[in-house]
Amino acid sequence: MKKLLPFMKKYMKYAVLCPIMMILEVMADIIIPYLMALIVDVGIAGRDVGYVVKMGIIMIFAALFGMVMGIISSHYGATAGYGFAAEIRKETFKKVQSFSFANLDKFSVSSLITRLTNDCNTLGQVAMMSLRMAVRAPFMMIFALIMALRINAPLASVFMVTIPLTVALIALILTKARPLFIKMQSRVDRVNAVIQENLVGIRVVKSFNRQKYEEMKFKERNDSLRDTALKAISIIIFFMPILTLITYATIIAVLWFGGKQIVAGTMGSGELLSFITYITQILMSLMMLTFFFMQFLRGSASAARIAEVLDTETEIVEIDNPVMSVKDGSISFRDVSFSYPLSSEKALKNINFEIATGETIGIIGSTGSSKSTLIQMIPRLFDVTDGSVAVGGIDVKNYHLETLRDKVAFVLQKNVLFTGTIRENMKWGNENATDEQIINALRQSQAWEFVSSYDDGLDHKVEQGGDNFSGGQKQRLTIARALIKSPKILILDDSTSAVDMTTDAKIQRAFKSELSDITVIIIAQRISSIQHADRIIVMNEGEIESTGSHEELIVNSPIYREIYESQQKGVVGQ
Amino acid sequence: MMKGMKEQRNTGKGPRQLRPENAKKTLIRLFSYFKFNKMLFFGGIFFIVLGSAAEIGINGMLSPVIDTLVGNYDKGRFITYIAIMVLMVAVIAVSQYAGNLFMARLAQKTVHKIREEMFEHMEKLPVSYFDSHTHGELMSTFTNDVDMLNQSLEQSVSQVLISVVTVVGTFAMMLFLSPLMTLVVAVMLGLMLLVAKNIGQKSSSNFRIQQAAMGEMNGYIEEMMSGQKVVKVFNYEDRAIESFNERNEEMRKASTRASTYGVMIMPIMGNLSYVKYAIVSMLGAYLVMLNKFSIGNLASFLQYTRTVSRPITQVSNQLNTLFAALAGAERIFRVLDESIETDEGDVVLASECEGKNNLCWKLPKEDGGVELVSLKGNIQFKDVDFGYVSGAKVLKKINLYAKPGQKIAFVGSTGAGKTTITNLINRFYEINDGEILYDGIDIRRINKFDLRSTMSIVLQDVHLFEGTVADNIRYGRLDASDEEVVAAAKLANAHYFIKHLPQGYDTMLTADGQNLSQGERQLLSIARAAIADPAILILDEATSSVDTRTEKLISEGMDKLMNGRTTFVIAHRLSTVRDSNAIMVLESGEIIERGDHDDLMKQKGRYYQLNMGVAELE
Repeated sequence: MKKLLPFMKKYMKYAVLCPIMMILEVMADIIIPYLMALIVDVGIAGRDVGYVVKMGIIMIFAALFGMVMGIISSHYGATAGYGFAAEIRKETFKKVQSFSFANLDKFSVSSLITRLTNDCNTLGQVAMMSLRMAVRAPFMMIFALIMALRINAPLASVFMVTIPLTVALIALILTKARPLFIKMQSRVDRVNAVIQENLVGIRVVKSFNRQKYEEMKFKERNDSLRDTALKAISIIIFFMPILTLITYATIIAVLWFGGKQIVAGTMGSGELLSFITYITQILMSLMMLTFFFMQFLRGSASAARIAEVLDTETEIVEIDNPVMSVKDGSISFRDVSFSYPLSSEKALKNINFEIATGETIGIIGSTGSSKSTLIQMIPRLFDVTDGSVAVGGIDVKNYHLETLRDKVAFVLQKNVLFTGTIRENMKWGNENATDEQIINALRQSQAWEFVSSYDDGLDHKVEQGGDNFSGGQKQRLTIARALIKSPKILILDDSTSAVDMTTDAKIQRAFKSELSDITVIIIAQRISSIQHADRIIVMNEGEIESTGSHEELIVNSPIYREIYESQQKGVVGQ
Repeated sequence: MMKGMKEQRNTGKGPRQLRPENAKKTLIRLFSYFKFNKMLFFGGIFFIVLGSAAEIGINGMLSPVIDTLVGNYDKGRFITYIAIMVLMVAVIAVSQYAGNLFMARLAQKTVHKIREEMFEHMEKLPVSYFDSHTHGELMSTFTNDVDMLNQSLEQSVSQVLISVVTVVGTFAMMLFLSPLMTLVVAVMLGLMLLVAKNIGQKSSSNFRIQQAAMGEMNGYIEEMMSGQKVVKVFNYEDRAIESFNERNEEMRKASTRASTYGVMIMPIMGNLSYVKYAIVSMLGAYLVMLNKFSIGNLASFLQYTRTVSRPITQVSNQLNTLFAALAGAERIFRVLDESIETDEGDVVLASECEGKNNLCWKLPKEDGGVELVSLKGNIQFKDVDFGYVSGAKVLKKINLYAKPGQKIAFVGSTGAGKTTITNLINRFYEINDGEILYDGIDIRRINKFDLRSTMSIVLQDVHLFEGTVADNIRYGRLDASDEEVVAAAKLANAHYFIKHLPQGYDTMLTADGQNLSQGERQLLSIARAAIADPAILILDEATSSVDTRTEKLISEGMDKLMNGRTTFVIAHRLSTVRDSNAIMVLESGEIIERGDHDDLMKQKGRYYQLNMGVAELE
């Protein structure tokens, strides 16, 4: 929590003024019962109407003053709290933007989303509460205690019993209840897990006629949730009556001892009345503090999760005076080895190859052979562990990152489109792209055919994730988006797997005829997608098994031959 | 897969409704749940009312106690009063405990029952319901709405009840003490209510704006985080930060406003209540001086003045929760009111026959007799028309015939209607026109449970369940022995990789088998289908890339499984269809070519082109 405090800086004024206003409000609230005591003990006793009115008006002004302070404090608290949350969210989002692929892999997408949404909101609320409640409750208690002592110090000794007793009871109940609530949460998770499973897998459930079975499973978990919840709640339920009991016991004790003093004439009945009010205020403050602590615990968990993001350092850093342009699309790998963070195993071992600008290279190999890892070194999505990767004759580490990634277009395996129109999505590649350029790229990736069939063409809506397109259409759109960058190197990581073979072939042909000057690297599962490449690299367990043309590899590479034969049997017939 | 349906989907991104549409109806329905727990409900109300009444009483006791002290002190009476107060405290504590306990139990039991009903209902809903609603939407009803309901049953109900009792009881006592001052309090209270209402309105309209800003911002975060790697490779970071900051700032402004109004109500109400307290003090003191009022009366009256305004703040706080809970309850009831999958099938399976697995269909005849038809697995489509939404046909005039031992493959481009076929044979969706005959019987006449028990589907998106590997295979047939599980895994070529898992068949799978590769999950789902030993097998090939070696294992596993069954394959790769008895080439919902591989190659039609898409390049 402490670590995040600097984010309050921008709203410091509000963060300081809010508690001050709050303290002023508390003071006004505390003085009122005392004024009432004066009315009763001085005003009534002396039959002084003027005094009564004067005190009454002071009371009204105190209340109005308290109200104004309270309103201002509310506004300042909200401003500071939500400003704080917005600042944290801004920095966290910015931080995530600077993350490398390795960082992104460490945090899952859903965990980043929760951190940016729920955790930030919680922090805002906790900050606001801290500025208000955490100030209000202790000050209320202290002021009320001071007043009680002023009125009647011997009588105030009753608090020496009451306060520790209340604190002890609160602590006891909380420690008893906490493990039960944790257990209850895990029961809730178990119930939700079955629901989630059944929502996603309803076709499986239904096709195997497993409804009754699932119902039994759910029933068992639902019952156990109810039982645990009841256990946890029955402890919490003790809290309120016990607090009530303590409050009234204190009041009765004060009436008892105070009563004797009134009879003896050492205490006014107004004083006794205000004393009773202070008792309730003190015990209410204790309850408020308890509530605050529970919220604070929730907040500190969120703070820890945010701090984890902010403390993550990206290991991909630019050098000073980086190279600002990419000469050509040549690529060279020299003795490249790579292991993923936290993994002792080498994902790439001693990779060496040269690619001339304008070449088309295919890469093939089974899953786990590190094909994707290999090409992610080129736009420096990961840094090599050993050796070096050069683009256009210069080590990728010497480039200005934006320049490098601008010239190396990468179509990811798991590709995403964004909410908006097709045109807006295409402009990701180049903000200033003209419709003509966009259409041209769509033509090359064989997407224009279906895009032009829409009435609204480039203005056709794209839903979140591009879910309103089929897998093949999505892949063609993402290829076009990459082409719009007019890159020197184009990398396709299994980007045509859902495209039917005829279209795939057309895309390959378009690359050959229209994009002959750029270097194209294609990773594929289908031999047909790469067999016309100038050269094919066969990967096996992080190493290059062999390199060569399709014809050469059929003869020389057992792995390539095996893949080829397994895919060929459908075409050639027996 | 189902484009027509998807467009209709509610994306669930907008803010959820916070106000109920018909609060009264929902409340009545909610109350009907309490009738199973009458004891708790009425007991809870009894204790809450008793507790609040005792609390009013104890404040009233201040009056005689103080008067005894200031006037002629009578020790005996003083002790009696204190004793009565002690007794009242005991009553308050006990009834507060009992009331809260009863209410909490009632809430838990009610919510437990609702959850159970919802789940059971969910299991009975037709597949089309799940296709037209997002998981997030249903999940949120199951979790957030149910939680909210629980919370308000536990707290809001008793809070509101306490408030009502307190206000009514306190007013009665105040009237008894001094009608004149009660009038003053009532006027002040009316004023406070007005202010509370005003602020409440401002607060809730600002709250709605905040919800909208939050939805907008959360949507953006979700989208960017999911596409973060794309952001990286397109150097989009700065543009993303810029658009994010705009939304973040909107959100900040909206939340600050909403929260200011939300929080402000407390100091305003609290201090207005003090103003009222001041006026009562003055007036009361004056009345005491006129000897129309005792000091004890004033003490009690002041105490009442304080307690009577507390319910206003509390109820105005609770009201929002209560409304949100009712709106949630409405969504819950809407799910419960969804019509369930219907089944008029009167044809059921009977055992001890000559058919496959000794099963046969029992056909009731009009004369009251029964005809037995052996289970074989013959499937015939007769002029089948189908569309997910009326008017938009996905399949048109489909005719085909399949016998046991045959493999029928469907090929065609995305959106041609291939996957839809899997939804029809097992009646996830009902056909619009034509007939599907199963062993000569219209499938609409067959009991759905029995229909589905004779077929297995391996779906494109493999779904596994939390549990061990063995549990997942056994999902196909719950009473299968360990040996049968292993045998099924061997048949599906899954045994090898299972053996290499840390705990073999006892390895726990995380949610949806995320700790297995795509290919491994597919192998497991084939084993699951195998153990069911179905007459009909429907395989929807996975589209995502699986490496060649695993693909080979999968197709071998499938081949073994197909033996002696009627098999439908939805092919996404041409390599898997070659040895089919018949290949159906689908295009825009129609079968445009049919025949075996060699026939179709000779026809030089669409199938030939699909295959030659490769050859052309050479």
